[in-house]
Amino acid sequence: MARVVYTLGDDVSTDVIYPGRYMATVLPSETPQFAFADDPAFSGKLKAGDIPPGSVLVAGKNFGCGSSREQAVSCLKGYDLVVVAGGFARIFLQNAINLGLRVVGCPTLEASVGDEMEIGDAAVINRRTGKRYSTLPLPPSRRAIMDAGGLIPYTRQRLAAMGRQLR
Amino acid sequence: MGMTVVQKILARASGLDAVAVGDVVEPRVDLAMSHENAALVINQFLEIYQGIGLTPKIWDPSRVAIVFDHRVPAESPKTATNQKKVRQFVAEHQICRFHDIRGDVGGICHQILPESGYVRPGAVVVGTDSHTTSHGALGAFAFGIGATEMASVWALGLVLNVEVPPTIKVEVSGTFPDFVGPKDLILKLIGLLTAEGANYRVLEFHGEAIRRMATSGRLTLCNMSVEAGATSGIVPADGETTRYLRDEAGVNDPLKPVAPDRDAAYERTIELEVSGLEPQLACPHTVDNVQPLSAVAGRKVNQVVIGSCTNGRLDDLAIAAHFLEGRKVAADTRMLVFPASSRIYRQALERGYVQTLMRAGAVVMNSGCGPCLGVHQGALGDGEVALSTTNRNFKGRMGNPKSEVYLCSPAVAAASAVAGAITDPRADGDHEPEEA
Repeated sequence: MARVVYTLGDDVSTDVIYPGRYMATVLPSETPQFAFADDPAFSGKLKAGDIPPGSVLVAGKNFGCGSSREQAVSCLKGYDLVVVAGGFARIFLQNAINLGLRVVGCPTLEASVGDEMEIGDAAVINRRTGKRYSTLPLPPSRRAIMDAGGLIPYTRQRLAAMGRQLR
Repeated sequence: MGMTVVQKILARASGLDAVAVGDVVEPRVDLAMSHENAALVINQFLEIYQGIGLTPKIWDPSRVAIVFDHRVPAESPKTATNQKKVRQFVAEHQICRFHDIRGDVGGICHQILPESGYVRPGAVVVGTDSHTTSHGALGAFAFGIGATEMASVWALGLVLNVEVPPTIKVEVSGTFPDFVGPKDLILKLIGLLTAEGANYRVLEFHGEAIRRMATSGRLTLCNMSVEAGATSGIVPADGETTRYLRDEAGVNDPLKPVAPDRDAAYERTIELEVSGLEPQLACPHTVDNVQPLSAVAGRKVNQVVIGSCTNGRLDDLAIAAHFLEGRKVAADTRMLVFPASSRIYRQALERGYVQTLMRAGAVVMNSGCGPCLGVHQGALGDGEVALSTTNRNFKGRMGNPKSEVYLCSPAVAAASAVAGAITDPRADGDHEPEEA
């Protein structure tokens, strides 16, 4: 069970998730302090430790549009947040899968801050209303990277396989 | 069934005769570009090799390009230290296509790659920057990726798990009116498509207006294709592409342009006619909030910005100089100009554009991403309004969430700098267009 801690609209850009002026900070251990930095109320809660791991951000369509900056994913991953959105911009989605941030596409979801959600592979259930919403399936190609635990382990597997071929 | 340009490129790069939309392929990479975020790519690249008993080795250092542009010269010790780390890595791994902070070969990555002759028609180009779509202007399949994805490319030379995207054909007819051009066209298109209208898709540009357009303008179109969510924008290579690569990029080796098949399958076709096109502006705070100039004319602007990978090329600076010649930037307006590359800066000096702009009151800055992404240089005050030829106007983009950014063409920006308010360049009576 996971609680919705924030709801956002459509087209939330990576400039909103992780403002460009903090891009010199690259380490995943350091990026979370700048998550939603221009949104003092929410970033304050994150930094104060008021948001438990596994909490849910709910957003509209095209979440993560704009810059390819991976900090926009690692800063959310640092708080172990789950993003349930109507849809995701391409690079953000790929970055999320590569780094293992949990993202769920769910175009019809209705949820408010405080709602408890049950997030499954095929559907999201809002426990307050009892309504069930279908999720968008991830393409099998991306599934393989998720199943490997992200792109780094997946690339390691590929390097090992190439090495075996060479031998 | 025939193939689109991107399908043909992906088939070739994946060693296949043909690919269909939705196929998963692993194309070989012809060019892999990073900027300062190479610092993060390096971390992830070294991480890949942890505990597997292999020495970190880039698959082909001659296909890697690194261009410092986002924070140049460094705005902080942190950036300077990251840049130092990247320089050391570049030397260790013998990366030759390295463009440091320099007045001879430095500049913005999306201008450096084309003008250095690194991008060829038919190539697969990836970059750790969303505006890597720019390079579709030369008939390449070019798209943005994250830093971890790039680390994987450095290790393998492949992009893993690429789904062949559907393509939207954009057919552009007509002749641009004076002082209306590629920027107005792409803003119009983004407004029609919305910010997610081309998500996971390719925009393939065709039509007489595209065929007549110089590579500079095609770079503007492809650069901003990502603002409609597109994986890539692409202009099939033609005579103009060859001219640019031979005359401006010093490329002498054979080119292999890729054209779509006559019976290529497009998801849909969008037809646009530019002969009656009005200047377009993207209004705060999304790029798809596009209005014709007449809807926002007269809005006071505190800062005018001309430059960037979108509109910082020589023809853009020529338009700016045309409007500022013998005139002054309005007293309560600041004007910042940042050329797309050091080469363009020098060309603008030789042609007198820089002097014209400075005499008018503009500040001409070094080439780099500068004010566009709000890291340093040109931040806005609370409540201030910027009018900019850059590519994004998201809340906080220029460093202050309490400011507003409007996006426009160089002609609109320059005419507005003189007036201190959003102004129609077509109505700027003192300045008749120069004879072609």
